[in-house]
Amino acid sequence: MSDTSINIVIGGAAGQGLATVGTLMAKAMTRAGYHILVNQKYMSRVRGGHNTFTIRMGPDPVVSITDDIDILVALDAETLELHKDDLREDGLVIHGDDIDSAGFNALRIPFKDLASKPLFYNIVALGVLGGAACQDSAIFETLLSETFSKKGDAVVEANVDVIRKSFEWVKEQKVSFSCIASAKESNTDRLMLNGNEAIALGALAAGCNFLSFYPMSPSTSVADTLITKGRGLGLKYEQVEDEIAAMNMAIGASYAGAKSIVTTSGGGFALMVEGISLAGVSETPIVTIIVQRPGPATGMATRTEQGDLNLVLYAGHGEFPRAIFAPGNVEECFYLTHRAFDLAEEYQTPMFILSDQFLADSYADVEMFDLDTLPETTKPLLKTESEPYKRYELTEDGVSPRMIPGYSETLVRADSHEHDEMAAVTEDGANRVLQNSKRLSKESGLIQDVIGPDHYGEEKPDVLLMCWGTSLGACLEAADTYEGKSIAVLHFKQVYPLREEQFMDYLEAAGEVVAVEGNATGQFAKFVAQETGFRVGSYILRFDGRPLSPQYVLKGLNSII
Amino acid sequence: MVSIEQYGEFETSWCPGCGNFSIVKSLKKALTELDLAPHEVMVSAGIGQAAKTPHYMNCHMFNGLHGRSLPVAQGMKMANPEMTVICESGDGCSYGEGGNHFLAAIRRNLDITLLVHNNQIYGLTKGQASPTTVRGMVTKTQPDGAPSEGFNPITVAVAMKAGFVARAFSGEPDHLVETIKAAVNHKGFSLVDILQPCVSFNKVNTFAWYKERSYILEGHDTRDWCGAMEKADEFDEKIPLGIIYQNGRQPFSNVGQLATQSYNKDDLKAVLQSYR
Ligand SMILES: Cc1ncc(C[n+]2csc(CCOP(=O)(O)OP(=O)(O)O)c2C)c(N)n1
Ligand code: SF4
Ligand SMILES: [Mg+2]
Repeated sequence: MSDTSINIVIGGAAGQGLATVGTLMAKAMTRAGYHILVNQKYMSRVRGGHNTFTIRMGPDPVVSITDDIDILVALDAETLELHKDDLREDGLVIHGDDIDSAGFNALRIPFKDLASKPLFYNIVALGVLGGAACQDSAIFETLLSETFSKKGDAVVEANVDVIRKSFEWVKEQKVSFSCIASAKESNTDRLMLNGNEAIALGALAAGCNFLSFYPMSPSTSVADTLITKGRGLGLKYEQVEDEIAAMNMAIGASYAGAKSIVTTSGGGFALMVEGISLAGVSETPIVTIIVQRPGPATGMATRTEQGDLNLVLYAGHGEFPRAIFAPGNVEECFYLTHRAFDLAEEYQTPMFILSDQFLADSYADVEMFDLDTLPETTKPLLKTESEPYKRYELTEDGVSPRMIPGYSETLVRADSHEHDEMAAVTEDGANRVLQNSKRLSKESGLIQDVIGPDHYGEEKPDVLLMCWGTSLGACLEAADTYEGKSIAVLHFKQVYPLREEQFMDYLEAAGEVVAVEGNATGQFAKFVAQETGFRVGSYILRFDGRPLSPQYVLKGLNSII
Repeated sequence: MVSIEQYGEFETSWCPGCGNFSIVKSLKKALTELDLAPHEVMVSAGIGQAAKTPHYMNCHMFNGLHGRSLPVAQGMKMANPEMTVICESGDGCSYGEGGNHFLAAIRRNLDITLLVHNNQIYGLTKGQASPTTVRGMVTKTQPDGAPSEGFNPITVAVAMKAGFVARAFSGEPDHLVETIKAAVNHKGFSLVDILQPCVSFNKVNTFAWYKERSYILEGHDTRDWCGAMEKADEFDEKIPLGIIYQNGRQPFSNVGQLATQSYNKDDLKAVLQSYR
């Protein structure tokens, strides 16, 4: 498939508003009917440093980010310096007066002529970028009118005026940049959102109505979104004193009938671990969102990594069932979070969504989520006929009917100690075996419900790239562009539990299996080996805090094959 | 009419003579007198001797982790404000392991009642110093005497202008019942720190020790913050019992009947539309 996309990198310091330019551009392009995929790289600071907002867009679906640059918008000199090597031969540099771009195919913006004050320089940059990408100014004008409508007509007019002027100015320039193919569909119903927003919306769609959290990058925008979009839907929320409180409060709310979520990153999750164990033994549904950043400890707050799989696999003392989902794109963030809520209630045990900074900040265009076809989620009981009510009744499948206290005269008692069917503390050995086995037997149901990995490409490829979570896009594009050998991809969006019959044939049929992961030790591949005995031939691992790109995977492949 | 029998009688694993017996009895009595039936009461407990309390009475119970009874209790109340929510724990649980939650709960001011069985020792783990152990007390793990100054929860709570701050004593059951009732009736976070002799591990702060110096406050103006600070600080020769401080702070209100609440699909569709 020939690449019809272009890759736009907007670079500058924090505080220069590049996210504003980037988000508006991405949104305008989504509305124009293009497919887009955003990658944001930023430093953990509020001003200065070097940040980028990258938009890859095209008439065909964009599955991955890429390193090659078609248009570089340099809001400062450092941007050009840092990214010039990735610029394609015919690539275009757009920049201001203060940057020397001699030797480049460049477009120097006369900011002062196009805008009356620096406040509008962002809009100028947006207009010039839109014009250079051969787009129509109308979509931008509408978007700006909506964006600034709350600030009054004067502000709207000023912005629209600036964008118009900027588009006109580009038309007068001699830019040697071949226009991007026009959008194929003008599907006006597509949404533009990032991974964290999609997680929040998936939760709300599942009926999530309780959030307790403590802020931690890069997870905070899940909480932000839940609150701003969820409070009108009845969500109750609280930013609490620490992550231990967040987890325990969510458990208390869940016991009392809420659909609870907690959002955090690795360090915060480490504090929640005792609570996870509590949810396990008390059989309280809880959905935990872990948006990873590189560790150990504080690590790199605004960078990405898939380094916390082991932590989440084993989090919590004692033995109890769980399921872990790892979305590969924005769409999966929505549907998997919805599913996590359903399973949390069905199996009354902790569920996890494992994402990372890359996907958290990665805007993409997705089809409008169809709320009417989403499966109904499992509901607990508000009343029961069976007397006495046994919260921890021994059952065939290990699932005891869960009653919510407070809606009838039946008492509902839950306990963190080992307990009998009535939740009374007991150290009786036989009871312990029965209750522990009951809890663990819920795993047979969870296994039946496992979403198997997606397989892309030939069944007997020369090389099979085995990946999970957010490394999907880079693997797909690398497999697609590699020449000379057949490369297939096996992507796990549920990483626990594993159901061997869903994927062993693929692993065994491949000439060689290469694990591709955003961590230093190949945690998932090692887990697969532990569970199945299958060892991968080699690894392509990235742990510099940057997301896997097709180029990175190809380089790895070249050194392996 | 609710009768105390509805709360049941249970065999306990407490030591004979322990102050906890009187506390659980007083709690049942207070709830009965408030005409609250067991199914109208949710008790969240931590871990420790004190935290066993809900196992010895009929009620909705969530017996969670050591130190974490307050977050659980607050989650309960946020998800079902119709319930009377009581948090049961020891001094170690509430002021040590859960100390940060204690401060936050005062600030947040959800309408729940925290009953702390304060025996000034870790009972369940057999006699180590707790945050309220007086400085210098010798224990197995503090053979040279507890090195830190004892924590005075009443002073801290009054200093933070908690909505309802009281001290009671397991040896004054009638007063304890009245204090618990007032705490439950208070709209907002209420603290009742209950002096509770541990006959097995605290040989300093015994029943006699508390009995000798405690006295029931009379004519004390519970709304006068400066006077309350003075009374709060009294914990030596004399120990005042009763409501030390009270105010009408607005309780936390971001609560809802969440089990029966579902969203309107059109509202969510509108939310989705905002991403176009
Ligand atoms: C996380 C954790 N740490 C330690 C313990 C052990 N532990 C249980 S109860 C307790 C102290 C209990 O003291 P207190 O809260 O004062 O209750 P008491 O037994 O005196 O009523 C400790 C240290 C535990 N259960 N969990
Ligand atoms: S150890 Fe102390 S607190 Fe625990 S039951 Fe015995 S007397 Fe009561
Ligand atoms: Mg104690």
